Amino acid sequence: MKLLGSPWMFVAPALVVIGVFFLLPVIAALALSFTDFDLYALANIKNLRLIAFDNYIEVLRTPLFWKSLINTLYFVVVGVPLSIAASLGAALLLNSPLAKLKGIFRTALFAPVVTTIVAVALIWRYMFNTRYGLINYALVHLGLSPIDWLGDPHWSMPAIIFFAVWKNFGYNMIILLAGLQAIPQDLYEAARIDGASVWAQFRHITLPSLRPVLLLVSIITVAGYFQLFAEPYVMTRGDPLQSTYSVLYYMFEQGFTWWNLGRATSIAFLLFAITLAATRALLWLGRRGERA
Amino acid sequence: MNHRGASVAINGTLAVTALIVIFPLLWMISVSFMHPGEASTFPPPLLPAHATWDNYHELFERAGMGRYLLNSFLIATLLTLLSLAFNLSAGYAFAKLQFRGRDRLFQTLLGALVIPAQVAMIPLFLMMKWLHLVNTYGGVILPTLATVFGIFLVRQYARSIPDDLLEAARLDGAGEWYIFVRIVVPLLKPIVVTLAIFTFLASWNDFMWPLIVLSDQQWQTAPVAIAGLSREHVQDNELMMAGSVVTVLPVLILFLILQRHYIQGLLLGSVKG
Repeated sequence: MKLLGSPWMFVAPALVVIGVFFLLPVIAALALSFTDFDLYALANIKNLRLIAFDNYIEVLRTPLFWKSLINTLYFVVVGVPLSIAASLGAALLLNSPLAKLKGIFRTALFAPVVTTIVAVALIWRYMFNTRYGLINYALVHLGLSPIDWLGDPHWSMPAIIFFAVWKNFGYNMIILLAGLQAIPQDLYEAARIDGASVWAQFRHITLPSLRPVLLLVSIITVAGYFQLFAEPYVMTRGDPLQSTYSVLYYMFEQGFTWWNLGRATSIAFLLFAITLAATRALLWLGRRGERA
Repeated sequence: MNHRGASVAINGTLAVTALIVIFPLLWMISVSFMHPGEASTFPPPLLPAHATWDNYHELFERAGMGRYLLNSFLIATLLTLLSLAFNLSAGYAFAKLQFRGRDRLFQTLLGALVIPAQVAMIPLFLMMKWLHLVNTYGGVILPTLATVFGIFLVRQYARSIPDDLLEAARLDGAGEWYIFVRIVVPLLKPIVVTLAIFTFLASWNDFMWPLIVLSDQQWQTAPVAIAGLSREHVQDNELMMAGSVVTVLPVLILFLILQRHYIQGLLLGSVKG
């Protein structure tokens, strides 16, 4: 009976689940990435061979991998700053003492975050339609020429970024809003007495106070944006001319269309390493900036 | 700028932004009531000329949407209920019970958060195949029955429970599980609601793992099913918008009812840095 009430009995079920269904597969994935696990091995495990780093070498030699990596980096490098700028702008507006109906506006701006990505990607696919999409209608109305958003390789990624910003900015908006509310009001009082402009207050009080929150939000968003998958899966299938083909999409196709499971896990690890390097670099830059 | 002008500018910008953000969702509802082909004209109509339920009939009677929504609902509900039990007991233990290596273990779990889920996905798929759990609810539910995020959230909250309360109950001879069920869980009620809505929404909206593990149509969740439908019905905008409406509306309504709890969880969960 003593064992039953032991603290270990409280944590054991959760630890078993995380161990068996997460840590074990991660270790297995590392092992799998050194094998040629494919359809033949799936049929009979005797066909499995150890091939050391061949998967990694082969992936790094494939132009499509580099293409998918460049596309993903494009999505991250352009999408993350735009997302955070939108979040910050919305948070600043909501935090203004002059803003009315804050609760309603906050709910409206946050709503896309809780929607199902596949479902809302379909709406945007329709709105981006070249011939009868609402976005081109607006462009024509403004005297601009219509754009073949999802059919032109130059515009497909901007369209997906536009969609991602709409879908995600509300999340960081809430975190930044909490950060803004934590800034002591007397800092602004003092600045106003000294005659500082609104822009000067923003640059010298708001931004520096928000720094740790901005760093946190950047890291979460960068890590999330590297996992680009559902948007191209629904809106473009990676096309046109593979201009929206992401690394995760490449992994999915290798794994579950071609059943090159060994190859696919090596792609997953490469993406993991790249994501980790990017977030570590951000953290390092953020900390270095703090000391300066 | 004078005070009045600033107020108009700020509230005006907020109103216009909110309208632009909400517009796609409103339009989705409007298009779902249009006749087939009506939305494929230029300029795109804002409202249906003659509203019709035809797309919804087609969706449920021909495309079998009811089945997919039921799958989504059962998976999300089961996962929410079961994962609460796993995460609550573990989160409480990490916050309030003493055992060897507790804090190191917790740090290790937090460290595992940097590993993205897709690293584990392929071996997980093979494991599910081996366990004959491909195309079952179990295959979708098992991997996230306990999550580091959930444990973290509960632990953060449970730390505020006074030790004296637990000690007093122990002195009265209460067992650890009795204390947990009768004293701790009622105190954790706010975080239970938060974690429940988080889990339900995450499960309902999840795409990649259900797409992998549920290849058989009859077990598919709503997002997986409409992604498949959209590849067949590229031109049927009205039908697809009806599919989007029935997929998005349940979670959107749930969020509107419980948004205070959802946002609290979002803030609690993001301070882990």
